[in-house]
Amino acid sequence: MEHKLKMPLSVQDIESLHVGDVVFLCGTLFTARDKAHALLKSKGSPVELKGAALYHCGPLIRGQKVISAGPTTSGRMDRYTHFILDLGVRAIIGKGGLPGKPFRGRAVYLAYPGGCGAVAAKQLKIREVHLKELGMAEALWEFEALDLGPMVVAIDSHGGDLYEEVRRSIENKPKPTKC
Amino acid sequence: MRKSEVIEATVRVLREAETSLPPWVQTLIEQAFELETNQVARSQLQLILQNIHIAQSESLPMCQDTGLLIFNLQKGRDLDIDFDLRDAIAEGVRRATLEVPLRPNVVDPLSRKNSGDNTGVMLPDLIVDEVYGDGLRITAFPKGAGSENMSLVGMLNPADDPFDFILQKIAERAANACPPLFLGIGIGGTFDLAARLAKRALFNMPGSSEQELDLLRKINSLGIGPMGLGGDITALGVRIKKASCHTASLPVAINFQCWAHRCASKVVR
Repeated sequence: MEHKLKMPLSVQDIESLHVGDVVFLCGTLFTARDKAHALLKSKGSPVELKGAALYHCGPLIRGQKVISAGPTTSGRMDRYTHFILDLGVRAIIGKGGLPGKPFRGRAVYLAYPGGCGAVAAKQLKIREVHLKELGMAEALWEFEALDLGPMVVAIDSHGGDLYEEVRRSIENKPKPTKC
Repeated sequence: MRKSEVIEATVRVLREAETSLPPWVQTLIEQAFELETNQVARSQLQLILQNIHIAQSESLPMCQDTGLLIFNLQKGRDLDIDFDLRDAIAEGVRRATLEVPLRPNVVDPLSRKNSGDNTGVMLPDLIVDEVYGDGLRITAFPKGAGSENMSLVGMLNPADDPFDFILQKIAERAANACPPLFLGIGIGGTFDLAARLAKRALFNMPGSSEQELDLLRKINSLGIGPMGLGGDITALGVRIKKASCHTASLPVAINFQCWAHRCASKVVR
């Protein structure tokens, strides 16, 4: 199923999403990766994150233009998932996935295809930059998303988790024979 | 050979590597899209192909992670130069950072302070080979952190099966490395030699030996799929390089490479 969602996200928006669905997002979203997460935790957030989508992304920017802005590996930010979702974030966008449990009943994980920075840049406009002192890749960018997608709902709020399905199916396979 | 020629060639190979994939890489991704049967997986490959097209036609870096800059230099034995090759390549990297542009990715490992120009201590990484002739072949391999972070060296016991180890690590780590993947495997040598062999294996992709094709088939049978969301195609190529090793050792290195196997080459005379 395909969904077009506008920011901020409501509880109903999140409940309507199931793993395998495709999502396009419109409206304000924020980037954050390693350093921004550490700062949010130690000093608080410079922006309101209730109902927000947080994009694990360190964009390539020139002047006021987004040049390339695909997702970064979410796993590095795993230690902050509970903290971020407690702030009211309803969607984390990234690649590679996160443990699914913290998302139950409150949020989704949206997978944007990794490495697709040139396509993503066409779907994003700069609104503002926060925590600029962290540098281009690590700053907290406030973007206007113009149908950002297609993103796959990889972890939903109902306990669905595509990464976990893959892991389980590998565990259930017979051990590989010798090469 | 003038220093300015090396600087210009460096900027050129970086621009080419960052914005367009070698034709053989693109062909493998197109073939993967034809073969893949999982619908979610097909949507990932479709956007990847669209991304490759936009990056190439508009000369934009295909991925925002423009990587750490690794160069293989094939330096002619009879080449006579009166300047420092490292200085010239580093200057090319600084210029490419502004002109392509590239994201400044290079930081001090402890202070985490960014140099701002993609150069730093021992970076760019130059892997130099001496060859016959009087030319200089500069090949750029920008390496993104997503796949590099998943790479590892295992110091196995001689009684261990290296292929079991390789498959197990790929099963655990592939999703984070932006599959479909290329895998450079180094078997033997020492701790550091195995890692360098794995990197060099990526330079000479893909392999076609029975062992390499068998490993590729086994990786794809894991069902990890593009971006780890499930599917038939997890890897596009495997290359294994071997070195002799100590009778008590079995080093095995796996260098993960995302679908964007970026490289470009130019000869300066």
